[in-house]
Amino acid sequence: MIQKFRLQNGGLINRDKKLSFKFNGKTYSGYEGDTLASALIANGVHLVGRSFKYHRPRGFFGAGVDEPYAIVQLYRNNETEPNIKATEQELFEGLEAKSVNCWPSVNFDIGAINNFLKIFLPAGFYYKTFMWPKSFWYRVYEPFIRKAAGLGVASTKHDKERYEHKYEYCDLLITGSGPSGLASAYAAAKNGARVILAEDKPRFGGSLLTSDVNIGNQSGEDWANSIISELKEMPNVIVKNRSQVFGYYDHNMLVMSEKVSDHLPKTKKHHPKQRLWYIRAKEVLISSGSIERPLVFGNNDTPGVMLSSAAKEYLKVYGVIVGKNPLVFTNNDSGYETAIEFKKNGINPIILDTRVNPQSEIIDEAINLGIEIKFSYVVVAAQGYKKVSSADIAKISDDKKQLGTIENIKCDCICVSGFWTPTIHLASQSGNKTKFKEEIDAFVPGTSKQNETTLGAANGIFTLEETLKDSFMAGQDLSKKITNNDNKISFPNVVEKKSSQYDKFWCVPLPKGKNYKRFLDFQNDVAVSDIEIALKEGYRSIEHVKRYTTLGMATDQGKTSNLNGLQLVSEIENKVVPAVGHTTFRPPYTPISIGAIVGREVGKHSKPTRKSPMHSWHEKNNAVFVDAGVWLRPRYYKQGSENLFEASKREAKNVRTNVGVCDVTTLGKIDIKGPDAAELLNRVYTNAWLKLPVGKARYGVMLREDGIVMDDGTTTRISENHYHMTTTTAQAANVLSHLEYYLQLVWPELNVNVVSTTEQWAGAAIAGPKSRKLLEKLFPNNDVSNEGLPFMGYMESDLFGVKARIFRISFSGELAYEVNVESDNGQFMWEKIIEMGQEFQVQPYGTEALSTLRIEMGHVAGSELDGRTISYDTSLEGLISKKKDFIGKRSLNREAFTSSDRQKIVGVVPLDKKTSIPEGSHLVKDAKAPLPNKKLGHISASCWSVEHDNPFSLAILKDGKNMIGEKLFVMSPLKNKVIPVEIVSSHYVDPKGERVRS
Amino acid sequence: MLHIKCPHCGMRSQNEFSYGGDASIKRPKLNKEISNEEWDNFVYNRKSLRGKHLELWQHLSGCRQWIKVERDTATHEIFNTYRADEEIS
Repeated sequence: MIQKFRLQNGGLINRDKKLSFKFNGKTYSGYEGDTLASALIANGVHLVGRSFKYHRPRGFFGAGVDEPYAIVQLYRNNETEPNIKATEQELFEGLEAKSVNCWPSVNFDIGAINNFLKIFLPAGFYYKTFMWPKSFWYRVYEPFIRKAAGLGVASTKHDKERYEHKYEYCDLLITGSGPSGLASAYAAAKNGARVILAEDKPRFGGSLLTSDVNIGNQSGEDWANSIISELKEMPNVIVKNRSQVFGYYDHNMLVMSEKVSDHLPKTKKHHPKQRLWYIRAKEVLISSGSIERPLVFGNNDTPGVMLSSAAKEYLKVYGVIVGKNPLVFTNNDSGYETAIEFKKNGINPIILDTRVNPQSEIIDEAINLGIEIKFSYVVVAAQGYKKVSSADIAKISDDKKQLGTIENIKCDCICVSGFWTPTIHLASQSGNKTKFKEEIDAFVPGTSKQNETTLGAANGIFTLEETLKDSFMAGQDLSKKITNNDNKISFPNVVEKKSSQYDKFWCVPLPKGKNYKRFLDFQNDVAVSDIEIALKEGYRSIEHVKRYTTLGMATDQGKTSNLNGLQLVSEIENKVVPAVGHTTFRPPYTPISIGAIVGREVGKHSKPTRKSPMHSWHEKNNAVFVDAGVWLRPRYYKQGSENLFEASKREAKNVRTNVGVCDVTTLGKIDIKGPDAAELLNRVYTNAWLKLPVGKARYGVMLREDGIVMDDGTTTRISENHYHMTTTTAQAANVLSHLEYYLQLVWPELNVNVVSTTEQWAGAAIAGPKSRKLLEKLFPNNDVSNEGLPFMGYMESDLFGVKARIFRISFSGELAYEVNVESDNGQFMWEKIIEMGQEFQVQPYGTEALSTLRIEMGHVAGSELDGRTISYDTSLEGLISKKKDFIGKRSLNREAFTSSDRQKIVGVVPLDKKTSIPEGSHLVKDAKAPLPNKKLGHISASCWSVEHDNPFSLAILKDGKNMIGEKLFVMSPLKNKVIPVEIVSSHYVDPKGERVRS
Repeated sequence: MLHIKCPHCGMRSQNEFSYGGDASIKRPKLNKEISNEEWDNFVYNRKSLRGKHLELWQHLSGCRQWIKVERDTATHEIFNTYRADEEIS
């Protein structure tokens, strides 16, 4: 297909490389170096989408990041991505894109009926309509609105692309490679500073690529290229294109998204699709330039109406003309530059200038070229539906209030220029207090809060000479402070045309009897009339007006619309713009893909995975693993076709009848050393610790200062001043921090050191009536009899040549031991236990059997110690010493903690002895009581008791002490279950605890 | 993300630290008789100050030392950092 709107020559595209692409199913061609937008315009395609609310036809408005219209669904390498700006997406061979927000097609869109219903869809219509009848909301209104709203469609597939994160430090980060960015980067780099220069577009140079200027006897573009090539060669400089600095955070941390592969048909092997840079900069130079402001007139959203700077960029960068019969509508000299470029390429534009009699070099040049100029003229309305076909124009009175006779002139595009808005987003994000600059009717950065300087057009300076001077100086001064070098750079000779004063007029009044929509926000369809309604209805704060009308809330975040909105509010309210203020600028400056934010931390990389030294044995023996914090623990060891229930029952039963072995490496272990170690334990635990003999272990409970149980575990006195503390798997890190807090800040006089040894020891719990027999085989040289190693005893031994620690402690309530060896010997220990245990029918057991064993014994664990329970609630009050003070003791006399009907742990058995009780269910007195049915307690843990062969649960129940024997109901609305139950003691098995001492 | 100077290790990124609250709170001495009000003030009552604030941070993924940080809660400016045992005038 012929590119009818492509010039024969010119532009920065590679005409040697033709690319073919598809848009809405139709095949077109473009060149390497095109964007999707420039290639479509070259092919004469101007209808690319439909607007958000009224489904009006949408074309192209800009040529870059500010684009409000041209949002497409992109297809690349069998993946799809929504809401891609066609003005930013670089063309590649085989690119496919589709319009969004239209059905069945962009040409015939049923939603466009909203355009005729617009009288019913004014500002805030979401809040006014769909209110009645109430029952319609869920069934009718919401599904309808959800279907109608939204732009592209997110892929539901797993994103196979790779996204990387990178951390970088630098002296100066410079955002934008226009004249100010290049000059400051060059000066700073010559001073030896570490510089990062970031450019969001593929090409460096910013406005220099499109403006007719001369620097140091070179064209702007040539000068930019020479500076960039020199910077690229310098070892202290990182130059990045396709990289958008989108967020300015605290302490000069900025985040930049680098699109590494989005411009390629397919990401190269070992390359990421995108890379997110976290940059800590000593100084930030913001050289983000400015965005042209629209002029507002009737139907100014018609495809073919676009920013004059965009039209110029399509022409100069891509060799594409946006129309063959252009109208340029301007209130300043920028429009003339566009018109001149048209004229130079053989197109005859007409300029409508709102000003009465402006004079400048640029205007003279336009006149000399023979361009038709109409002063004091405005466009009243664009005509045409899917593309501009003509314009209603009129003379405007000097006070800009009265329109003259309306004339209609033919045109195929209207290039508008309403002067420039500095891009202050990053400065504002940094905390800079912006100020309003009357001469340009826009906000510029004011007082910096962080080490940030804004330069050039972003700072409201629109002449090249001043911009370059400021920027060379800023680069030089800031780098000098950091590197102490002072390399002066000679300032190049600058040739540019002088501009005349712009006209503050921007919004064309409606002609009598006409009710044209005049749009401010092109993506969210917010018109002048919507703002008027919002103000009429009493909204005053600009933040409220924004939210009520949705002005500036679309994916373009109002880059082209915000300032006009402010001006309108200030005009109607008769206030000055600074009094109205601007809405808050928040990161990101432009949409960032979720993949880039997540980076490599997906799937199994989302958190570290810790494995015990016995992991490979578990794997070989059919263990099914479960996440326990960051650890992987065997949940059960599958035999044959067993399921979880069958396997865990078998494993638990084997512990109760023979002997089982469980990997307990994951338990937190803390080594405590020092002459005051006992004193520390005495303060941390609720029970007494000063008299624990060497070679003995003790169970302890620690509280938070508010009296709530924090953790429990056993601590063993290894030698005079050396203790070995265990914690639960989940609380290991918190307990260590807790101890460090008290040792470093509260009681620094205590001479104690603590260190985590969780990963230094591999642990195996050997439990069951035959465990002693097995231990005798494992340690034939030790006396492990009940007298030699009594309950809570400890000894050091030798396991076939390997140093081992034996603790007689029990988690399962059975006769049990825990053997620890250094991690490297973990697998050896485990294999020996299995080997020696064969004659005692030893079986490994997983966390599910472990839970079963502890639940039926009434031992509390994480689900009871849930940050809401005190010692009494979990029947651990017997461990509270009355004689000494400890962390949290003073809180225990709180009224709620001492009330007579305080909650307490109980056992729960279903009356039918069959129905399993879901964890988290509520206990109620009367299952048929009206809602809200009063909750008496909740089920904290459930199991199938292997001892009694029926379901058994633990519950935290109000007045639990006096509820034993009561009949209640368990209710689980989630599982739709009502189960009659009996409350029993939480010690369902071996209530006297005889087994552990046997 | 804040940049915090650990007095033991130097400048480090915020994600190496964990926040520990108001550093001016003193735990009542053990075994000392104190009123309910005093205890409540220690356990629960904290001012949500706007401005300069002395707070605790732990260099969790570093030297594991608890440190004191003088920070502006509104602007996040950090004026100074101290070791746990340093007297602050």
